Amino acid sequence: MNWWQRLMRRGRMEAQLEKEVQFHLDEHAAELIARGVDPDEARRQARLALGGPEQVKEKCRDARGTRWLEDLLQDLQYAARMLRTNPGFAAVAILTLALGSGATTVAFSVVSGVLLKPLPYASPEQLVTLHGKTERHGEQWGFSYLNFRDYQRDAREVAWLETWSYGGGTLSEGGEAEYLTTREISSGLFNMLGVPLEQGRSFLPEEDQPGTGPVILLSHGLWQRRFGGRSDVVGKSVEFGGKASTVVGIVPAKFQLDDEAVDAYVPVGQNSEPRMQTRAANFLHVMGRLNRGVTMADAEARLGVTTQRLADAYPRYNAGRRIVVRPLREDAVAEVRPMIWLLLGAVSIVLLIACVNVASLLLAKAVSRERELAMRVALGASRGRLARQCLTESAVLGLAGGALGVAFAAAGLRPFVALWPEGLPRAGEVQIDWRVMVFATAASLLCGLIFGLAPALRAPASDLEQRLRMGGRTLAGGSRKLHGWFVTSEIALAVVLLVSAGVLGKAIVRLAALDPGFRPKNVMAARVAISPGALENPEKIRAAWKGLLDGARSVPGVESAALTDIVPMRVGENSLTYWATPAEPPADEQSLALSSCVTPDYAETIGLRLVRGRFLNDDDRLGHPLVVVIDENLARHAFGDANPLGKPLWVPALDAGPVQIVGVVGHVRHWGLASDDYSTVRDELYYSSAQLPDRVTHLLAGFTSVVVRTNVPPLTLLAPLQKALGGATGDQSFYGVVTMDGAVRDSLATQRFLLLLFSVFAGVAVLLACIGIYGVLAYLTTRRIPEFGVRIALGASSRDVIGMVLRESMTTVALGIVAGAIAAVLAGQLLEHSVEGVRRIEPISFVMMIPLLVAAALLASLVPAMRASRIDPVVALREE
Amino acid sequence: MTDPNKSDLPQGTLDLLILKVAALGPLHGYAIAQRLQQVSREVVQVPQGSLYPALHRLENRGLLAADWSETETGREAKFYRLTRKGKAQLEAETASWRRLSEAVGLILKMSEGGAE
Repeated sequence: MNWWQRLMRRGRMEAQLEKEVQFHLDEHAAELIARGVDPDEARRQARLALGGPEQVKEKCRDARGTRWLEDLLQDLQYAARMLRTNPGFAAVAILTLALGSGATTVAFSVVSGVLLKPLPYASPEQLVTLHGKTERHGEQWGFSYLNFRDYQRDAREVAWLETWSYGGGTLSEGGEAEYLTTREISSGLFNMLGVPLEQGRSFLPEEDQPGTGPVILLSHGLWQRRFGGRSDVVGKSVEFGGKASTVVGIVPAKFQLDDEAVDAYVPVGQNSEPRMQTRAANFLHVMGRLNRGVTMADAEARLGVTTQRLADAYPRYNAGRRIVVRPLREDAVAEVRPMIWLLLGAVSIVLLIACVNVASLLLAKAVSRERELAMRVALGASRGRLARQCLTESAVLGLAGGALGVAFAAAGLRPFVALWPEGLPRAGEVQIDWRVMVFATAASLLCGLIFGLAPALRAPASDLEQRLRMGGRTLAGGSRKLHGWFVTSEIALAVVLLVSAGVLGKAIVRLAALDPGFRPKNVMAARVAISPGALENPEKIRAAWKGLLDGARSVPGVESAALTDIVPMRVGENSLTYWATPAEPPADEQSLALSSCVTPDYAETIGLRLVRGRFLNDDDRLGHPLVVVIDENLARHAFGDANPLGKPLWVPALDAGPVQIVGVVGHVRHWGLASDDYSTVRDELYYSSAQLPDRVTHLLAGFTSVVVRTNVPPLTLLAPLQKALGGATGDQSFYGVVTMDGAVRDSLATQRFLLLLFSVFAGVAVLLACIGIYGVLAYLTTRRIPEFGVRIALGASSRDVIGMVLRESMTTVALGIVAGAIAAVLAGQLLEHSVEGVRRIEPISFVMMIPLLVAAALLASLVPAMRASRIDPVVALREE
Repeated sequence: MTDPNKSDLPQGTLDLLILKVAALGPLHGYAIAQRLQQVSREVVQVPQGSLYPALHRLENRGLLAADWSETETGREAKFYRLTRKGKAQLEAETASWRRLSEAVGLILKMSEGGAE
């Protein structure tokens, strides 16, 4: 008979047990009677000898081994009955818990989907990314194509390396021209990741070379949108980037290389731009799959050999560089990791407060049930048994709250993920799956344990008679201390969230007041994909640029227009090495400057602040001396306090010889208001697109953006601009529009999002804490009615009573504030460490937040205090 | 209700004694109690309160099996008998008990000799 059968045949087993014990008693009595003992006396002696039939039976049940399960069933029934008979209590407790656990479940879904789940590739643990690292500039993801090919060849015995880079071009197939976001990939990328294509095939190695017939892979989305999902598209030729390209395959919808939505993929080897042929241009991401049994350290060591060889052969580009190998997943989510953990931390605090609230409710109930429990002990229930029953009750409560919480989470998860600033990486994988369910169940049980512990430990032990006699009427003292601790811990937790929200709010106020380095109002920027036909030669490109400027200026409402290759606070950058002394320093000591190639109107259009000298003008063109304008940072780094005007600067990417500095402008916070301070590259320089040598015009033509300053709200000009910038052949596209106001605002999106979350959580925490304080005080004052009655009868005024209650509650609140303040300092350090732009905690954050909390706590205490003061001593004493 | 002689029985020996008695053939609980007392010449006072939990425990562990059948007087009772597993356990425990008691005996003898 297994335990299940035994459980199911409980009734029969009970009957048999009864029969067996009865048989023993009868036999014993019969024997005694046979020896001449009086029958009644014989039965009594038999019972005495056995030691009480009920106790024996209880022990036999224990010995059966299914006891815990039987008890559990019984306890569950009991718990359900208790909740049913107290619907108000059950609703409040379950709802409180559901709010806490719902928020926690959402946060954990994000943790699980983004940070914990393995990447959706075959054997994801073997996938890695490579970064170059130098002492001076830290880690950089970029590799030059030639270096990549060397690493790829040399690393074969340890890893399979592939590469990708950002790209784009105009699709002018059937209907209007559309700019496509693409990725240029090496031929083996999909095979290396183990991603099968939805249709067709990936690129062949021979297609990943210059001069071969153009081929293209379409994303699932583009295929559906532009080609109606027809399967005969594979093998057809489409007009992309001015060339007829053969579609060889369709990439599955769920494939995601980085955070951006991609329309198509082309082989990087077919790129004929000059940057493919120099080791100076580091523009490729490198990822790979380690061979079986190879560790990341092994791979780093092997790649180090190649790096050494490259440094010897091409010291200019490789000196002082080493290769870092990291898991691919870490790379994909590195930016959001601290935010996600902060989120989980914050919601856990809310959940904890909810637990404490329910704990104090349960404790209050347990105290009122003291008499019942004492009675059960007297009837033979063991203390452990009662504790177990208390825990079962709280576990049922916890699970009910958790189940409702999961329902809340299921409803709120998608909206929440959509709210994430700048899009959450791996957002599609954030789901309520088994991991989340396991977590939610474990968390609910843990909560049940937390808030069930206090009542369980109170299960009566020694002074049974006293408890039975008191009937649980006046015994308020025992739980008072514990209730005080509940309030203290709730306040402490709420302080942590409040101060954190204060710190974030303070940071945002400070950051928003920072000068971005340009005047963002009424400025708009957009990328332009120049007509493929214009890309043939430098003259045509220059003509297209001029056409863009003229077109933009012709639109009514446009005050000024300029072209640039990079736009502040938008993704995309171009860092060039420079030095200020004639002798070229070694590669690892060269500085980097964020370099913008602009037309002369740029300074006026975006609103740069001129500090010294002049900005670029129309005379700065080919045939005239090459000039640059630098920002204050570069001036300070390269020249200290000396006047940089007229000084030479060496920028090898612009010219072999020195270029002349003609002006200094204010620093532009290119990386965003907050992030700029954390960037490794903070020097900036500007050079004129009119001075670009022919060999690089083609390269820059791919990165043209137009910036316009308007005297009307800029977005109202979208349609006319679109028309004016269409180009001579009408196949120029205009995309990626940003207003600079929006860009400045969005650069703080992360901080704002966190502030929003922490404010909401802090609000909920304060609310829960107040409910908790109110509940505890209301309960304690009710228990103390007789005491107050005596005090009032002895002459205490109602003010005295109110003062007494308030003093007591304020003591616990004050304790909580002190404890919370200490914890908040730690939380502040965590925020400073993980959120850009947050400074060390300032007293102002406390000063602003604490009175708020004290006021709320006072309010919550006032009602019970007033009630206590209105007690009628006669009634109170009679009750006693 | 506690039995004054409960402490007379060393911890864990009750199970061994029950197994030994049960090896004599199918017996019901009361008979086992009787037999234990008789065989030990009334030296071992079996705490009756512990007998039944022990029987149930041994049954649960598969060392004893139980059947309901009639006694000589025609009443239905639960008869316990040793299972094969119980027999092996009994042999193992008997052997280990012997070794232990011999060893204890030797030690006691030695210390008596030392005191002389």
